[in-house]
Formats: sequence, C-alpha cells, structure tokens
Amino acid sequence: MAMTHGTIHSVESCGTVDGPGIRFIVFTQGCPLRCQYCHNADTWEFGCGRSVSATEIIEEAESYRSFFEATGGGITFSGGEPLAQPEFLEAALREAKQKGMHTVIDTAGSVVPKNIDRILDYTDLVLLDIKHIDDATCRILTGRSNANTLAFAKRLAERNIPVWIRHVLVPGLTMTETFLRQTGEFIRTLGNVERIEVLPYHQLGVYKWEALGLDYPLADVLPPNPEEAAAAQELLDSYLSC
Amino acid sequence: MMLLEKTPAWQQFETGAWNNQIDVADFIRRNRTEYRGDDQFLAGPTVATETLWQQIMNLTSEERLRGGVYAVDASTPSTILSHGPGYLNRELEQIVGLQTDEPFKRSIHPNGGIRMVNDALEAYGFQADPLVTKTFSEYRKTHNQGVFDAYTPEMRAARKAGIITGLPDAYGRGRIIGDYRRVALYGTSFLIAQRKQDLQDRGGFLSESMIRDREEMNEQIRALQELTELGQRYDCDLSRPAETAQEAFQWVYLAYLAAIKEQNGAAMSLGRVSTFLDIYIERDLQTGRLTEQTAQELVDHFVMKLRIVKFLRTPDYNDLFSGDPTWVTESIGGMSEDGRSNVTKSSFRFLQTLVNLGPAPEPNLTVLWSTKLPRGFKEFCAKMSILSSSIQYENDDLMLPVYGDDYGIACCVSAMKIGKQMQFFGARANLAKALLYTLNGGMDEKLKIQVAPKTDLILDDVLDYETVMAAYDRQLDWLAELYVNTLNVIHFMHDKYSYERLEMALHDPEILRTMACGIAGLSVVADSLSAIRYATVSPIRDADGIAVDFKIEGDFPKFGNNDERVDQMAVDLVKLFMEKIRKHPTYRDALPTQSVLTITSNVVYGKKTGNTPDGRRAGEPFAPGANPMHGRDTKGAVAALTSVGKLPYEHALDGISYTFSIVPKALGKDEPTRIRNTVGLLDGYMGGTTSKGHHLNVNVFDRETLLDAMEHPELYPQLTIRVSGYAVNFIKLTREQQIDVINRTFHGAL
Repeated sequence: MAMTHGTIHSVESCGTVDGPGIRFIVFTQGCPLRCQYCHNADTWEFGCGRSVSATEIIEEAESYRSFFEATGGGITFSGGEPLAQPEFLEAALREAKQKGMHTVIDTAGSVVPKNIDRILDYTDLVLLDIKHIDDATCRILTGRSNANTLAFAKRLAERNIPVWIRHVLVPGLTMTETFLRQTGEFIRTLGNVERIEVLPYHQLGVYKWEALGLDYPLADVLPPNPEEAAAAQELLDSYLSC
Repeated sequence: MMLLEKTPAWQQFETGAWNNQIDVADFIRRNRTEYRGDDQFLAGPTVATETLWQQIMNLTSEERLRGGVYAVDASTPSTILSHGPGYLNRELEQIVGLQTDEPFKRSIHPNGGIRMVNDALEAYGFQADPLVTKTFSEYRKTHNQGVFDAYTPEMRAARKAGIITGLPDAYGRGRIIGDYRRVALYGTSFLIAQRKQDLQDRGGFLSESMIRDREEMNEQIRALQELTELGQRYDCDLSRPAETAQEAFQWVYLAYLAAIKEQNGAAMSLGRVSTFLDIYIERDLQTGRLTEQTAQELVDHFVMKLRIVKFLRTPDYNDLFSGDPTWVTESIGGMSEDGRSNVTKSSFRFLQTLVNLGPAPEPNLTVLWSTKLPRGFKEFCAKMSILSSSIQYENDDLMLPVYGDDYGIACCVSAMKIGKQMQFFGARANLAKALLYTLNGGMDEKLKIQVAPKTDLILDDVLDYETVMAAYDRQLDWLAELYVNTLNVIHFMHDKYSYERLEMALHDPEILRTMACGIAGLSVVADSLSAIRYATVSPIRDADGIAVDFKIEGDFPKFGNNDERVDQMAVDLVKLFMEKIRKHPTYRDALPTQSVLTITSNVVYGKKTGNTPDGRRAGEPFAPGANPMHGRDTKGAVAALTSVGKLPYEHALDGISYTFSIVPKALGKDEPTRIRNTVGLLDGYMGGTTSKGHHLNVNVFDRETLLDAMEHPELYPQLTIRVSGYAVNFIKLTREQQIDVINRTFHGAL
C-alpha cells in the first residue's frame, strides 16, 4: 500500500490542553480560515510545511504510549485545519486506532471532506471550534460562513461522537450575551457535547503575524478579564446541564 | 545477640533475622505499616516548630548579611568530640545536637587539605590559625598533600585544562552513607561488640589489605566510642537501643551528626530513614505516647536540623557546586521485595515539612518512584513538586533489581545498598573537550598546551564522521585510562589521610566498593557528532592549526527530540566510555561505574571548553547532566524525556540526571489535572516500554518568577529550585548560574 503523506507544521509531545491526558499533538499545515485572532497564523498557508507519512507520525506517537496510558491521553490532530488533509488524516487515525490509541481531532469544521464518515470511524473525540454562531459576523471574523461548521456539529450529534465545544471569547465579537446565548441554544440541541471550553482571546501569537508581514486586525482589542471569561463559561455551561 | 533479647526497645516488634544479626532491612520488612491513603491526616506546624523555624530564618538572613558565613571556629579542627553541646533553644527542640557549640557556627576539617581551609577562612574574612596551619603542614600530612605527591605531570595537566575536573583531591569525597539507623535499632554497645568480633576474625597471615582492615576496624570502634560520648553530652544513652520514637530520631540524628563533625564530604547523605522511623512512630501512636501533631513535630524538628548542616568551603568550590549544598539526601518510598510498597505515613510527613517549614534545598528529598507506588502517595508527591519544586525522583523499578529494597541515594543519583556498599566518588571527565583534543592532536584549545599524547591533527576541510569517530575512540582510550588512574591515587590517599571512621563503622565489615566515574558534555558531543554526520562542518583553524571554531551548514538532528539518529549516538557514547573505564584496574578492586551528572559544574565545564562543532560557543555552559542542550529540544517535554530515557542505566549505574522545568500552565488547566499529568509524566518517563528514565528533577514555575528573584532576592528567601541532582536556594546561586538556569528550556513557555 502506498504511503499516505501529509504536510505538518510541527508536533508537540506534551500537549495537556487539547483533549484528555498527555497528548501528542500534530499541527497540520494549511487552513482555509483567516481568523482575526489566530495565534497560529504560521499554519495558514498550504503547500509549505514538512512532509510526513501517516505511518511515521503514528510510530512516533507510539513511542509515547507509556505517557498516554498513565494519563488517559493519546494523539490529537490540530492545525491548521486537519480536515483539509483528509486522506492523511484518515490513514493516520486508522493506524492510531489499530494500535489502540485514543484519537482526537481539533477542528473548526469549516471543510467537510468526502471521506468524513471514514475519518469519524476512527475518531474518539472531536474538539469543535465554533468560531461564531452568527453567520454574518463569522464571515467577518474568519472569512467564511459558519454553515459547514454547524452542519458538521449536527452530523457529529447524529453519529453520537463525543464533542468538546471550543469557543474563543473576543470582546466586541463573540463576547455579547446575545451571541453567547445563541451559541448555548445551538449546543443544547446537539446532545453529544461533553464539555464546553471558553478560551479567552489572547495576544501571544501576534508576533507571528508580524513575522509574516501581516497587519493584526485586533491590535486594539484587549483580552477579556478573568471575571468575564468565568461568566461566559458559566453561561454556556448552563445550556449543558439542562 | 543474647544481650539485647529482652530489651524493652524491641517490645511489640515482630522478630526475625534482624534479632540475631545486623539486618535493618529485615526489621523494616517485618514491621513497617504500609499506607495507601491520601494526605488528609497530616498535621501543620506546632508553635514550637514555628518559633524555632523563625529563629533559623533570622540566622539565615544574618548569615547572608555577613557575606555567606555567620561564624567559624578556626582553631579547633572538627572531630566527633571537638565541640558542643550546642542548642537552638533547649526548651523547644525535640531533637538536639549541633556541629559546634552554636547554631550556624562552622568548623574546619583540615584532614582534607590545610590550604583549602585557610583559603576559605580568608575568603570569608576570618583569620587562619597559625597553630592549626603549622600542625597540618609540618606534623600531620593531609589528603591533598598525599594526592599531589603521587600525581603524574599528565594528571596535573589534565586537571589544569579541565578535561578531568571537580576531583575530590582537595576536599572530602563524601558520598558514603553510614547506616545511622543501626545506632537506633541496636545501640552502640552492640555495634562495638560486633566489630570487635569482626576484628578477631581477621588474624593469621596479615597481608597488606588485612593490616589495613585491622587498622580501620580499630578506628571504627574508636569512632563508635566517641559517638557514645557525644550522646552523653546531650544526655542520650546511645549505648542502648532507642526505646521511643523521639529516641529513635535522636539516635539517628546524633549518629549522622558525628559523621558530619568528622567529615566535610562533598555529599553527606542520610540514607533511607523515614520508613524505619515510622515503625517507632506507629508504636508510640498506638500506645498513646504520640499524637499526629507530636509525631509531625518530631519529623519537623529532625528535618530542621538537617536543613542547617553547614560546612566551610571556598568560593571556588561554590563555583562548582553552588548554593552551599550538603546533599543530606533522604530516600523516600520505593517498593519492597515483599511486593508491598515502602510508603508509610512518615513518607508523607517528611514531604509535609515542605509545607510546615516552607520549601528548602536540604534535606535533598528523593522519592524512589515506582509505577506501582500507591496512587495517594504519587499524587501527594506531584502536589508537593508543583508547590515547592523541591523533590527529585529516581526510578525504583530500575534500581530495586540491582540494589534490593534497602538502598539509598548518595548525593544526587548514586544508589547504594545501605551499610553494605560505598563508592569512591570520581567527579567527571569532559567528553566535549576530548572531542576537541581529537581534532587538535591532544592540544588544549584554550590553554594551548599539550595535554594528551601528541597525535596528528585532523586537517580535513570538512569533518568526516568516520574519521572523527575513529580518532575520538582512541582519544577516549587515553582519557579513560588517565581518569581511572587519577581516581586510584585520590582514593588511596583519602583512605590513608582522611578516613571516614564513623561512617564505615556503620557498614558491614565486608562491603562492595564502586569506582564512580562520570561524564560531562554528553548532549554537546552527541549534537556535535550529529552535526558532523548530517550537516557540513568545516573547522576554522588558527595559526597553530587548532580548530578554534566551526562553520556549520545545513540542519542536523539534536538530542532531546526523540530522534533515533542522534539519540542512538548519545546511547553509544555512554556505553563506549563505560566499556573503556571497565578495562582498567581499580583501587581496592572497586567495581567501575559511571554517572551522567554535572551538578552545577556544567557552567564551569562550559567556561573551560572552546567552541564545539554543534554550534555551542566557547564558554557557554553545557547542559546539566543528561539534559538536551538548552532550547534545542523543540518537540516538547515528552519527546525530551523519551530521549533521555533511552540512555542505558546498565552502563551508567551511578545515575543519569535530568533536570526538567515546566511552567504550571503547561501541566494543565487546573490543579487536579496538573497533579494527574505530573504523575503521568513520571510514570511515562520511568515506566516506558523502550525508554526508562532513571532520574528526574521536577521544577514547576514561570521564568518571570526567577527573573524577579534575581532582582529582589530579599523577597524570595526560600525560593528553591532543582538543579542537577540537588536543589538550591535560587538566590544563593552566582549570577552566572542564575542566568544559566533561566536560559534552560522551560517546557510550555510560549
């Protein structure tokens, strides 16, 4: 069988925030979105990055098995947008599952490839980043409609695949009660959401924009304070418990 | 053992082999109470504890104001009976005994070398005593004089250039653990009677080694008698076994105190006392003699005494081993040969001192980690590491099959069976410098003197891996032979002029000795060889043909990224040098071993070593111990741990040290997650299928904290960090070392 290759930006062997336990994170290269707050702008471009085979990436993950077993961890495909390299993703996830690894994809669901069902056959958990519940604002924030994302969320619900919703809290963009409530209402309809993670917007990735020679659109937006973040989290959580 | 059969000291203890012969391990196995719960039972400090600790904190800041040394008795060489009694506060302290007659007053140990003593006195503004100087120059030869009488010119050159350095040729070698528990369990009368019997067994033809044995044993007996007398000064009858927990702590401490009064060894480690002492605590808890509060108070007061062990050392020495370390290493936990763990409530109580007294570098709290330890203890260790960065971990699953279940760690990472094994401490050889000698025909790149035998320079425009490796192999042959010979000289003289009478009295008559060699610069050499193999490395030569710099084109794999291409080079280096060490005969037929450990001397080694082919600049510190070079481990903590875990323990039985720093956030979002992930990092690192790490220092803090402590040391009197096999008070490091620590890889730093 021919080796399936993908292009990746980098890996992190000690991920502790992208899924349960200690995780091997594969940051794939290339993303169709252009989120204004992106802290990994260096993963946007397609066609660059390092070429790796699915087999070698899973072999590397396999060498960390003892860490996964000790913490209930595993492998996470993040990005970039992992669903933008569907053949690679499917092959890698399949090999991971063959080795009994816990698998996560961290996605915005903005592209839904043809082999999505086969991908999901090998996926234990999806971290789904709902960028914006309002389509018009979403287009401003990310450059694309949220239709794919919301449809993807429903598909995950139909297949009953566990989901952690992620939502970046940006003052002026997502941090309004109306939008948060709309997001919560949507989440309530799904039924497969185990957790909601409100991620307060931060500016730690701005240097990457500068390095890429890009203007940072949110230069004047201050990160939310801890109280605001906690309030948003509480609000969204209230839609999970009822 | 008729004498002790009816002793009230042993009531309620389960009997066994330990009743008929000295066998502390058997006593522990039969009598300890394993604890599998969590930390909820622990007690805070008593008022007495807080008062005493405040007194110590005040003395500590006064010592800092006085330039690092509070007071010295420069006229009375320290012996078991030279000073004391001395007290902190006789009314309050449960455990008594000081090195001199006053807290924080240091003493001198001229047997190691008189110049070292006088240099230290002068450096800290004290007067050398003319009579002491005369005595130890004219009438009594020292260890240091003996060594230099026997050193060859080649040894002196190697020492000067720093290809072998840190050698215990002018200071006490340390790293010997007396089994101080024997004094509590059996009392000195029995131990003396036993040693007299051993002496009787050594008759007939007296070979040189038999003569030495007989002389040493009589010295040991004398030391035990002096220890008994030291006890009397503190109203303790050490001649009989300890009858209560308080006595057991006190007996153990006085035995240890006698050892540090007699020897200023580089590392004066305690052994493995917490589970032993727990047996006495459990008995007293059952009879109502103790409560949890008073039991914890005993532990706190005992640990407090261990925290104020002081030696007089030169600033030079502190350049190598900064922060005034004493390596009062206490080994906690681990598994037993009976399948249960050695975790007791006192394992928790010893770690709880980090809360009750705050963090501190000493005693060097060392958890013997097994994946099989009870979950509650693992989580408590992780919690305390996150809180204090004061704990180191060593792999019990690796060590138990080699040393059994009653070994302890001397210094940082050196395991030895307690009372049955000692080591000849050998500092380390600089493998990175040896690589430069390979290219430069044995000429030192800094001093421009011929240190190794003259060989041809490697004059290739681009370095060829095979050529360099073949020549490096020969260079290491030379280095290993010179190194072992040098250690033979040192330990011959140390035994002769500065023998550890009391520590050896608390060993079996027949013991295993190891010759503990060590290497520095492992990751520098591995990366250099990788650069030569996978990139293009062209030496830049000066007028003498010495490679003073390197042009490196292209990328190359670097140690610390779980990349087999370079990790295997590091593995092979460890094995290669160990095999060369093994070829040479050793003093007293010691078993050769080696460590991958630098302590803080990685800074000094770096200073003495020129530019290296991995791109490291001349003078830049090496990575400590087995660490990847700073900032080159770019794939995260787990990859770095996996690389280090590949280094073969069977070829580095003296330990493989890895110092690891991670920012709290990188361990997870909340405390339970951080605790679970810290446990997971340790289990994953030590219990991997292909990668089994030996040692890990766990530091959890943000770089900003350290930067702030550099600027405002007075605000951080107890900020403790793990460096390499020990912990230091961060503010006691030299500025250079502080910067080195800050420049190390902080996993998870954005």
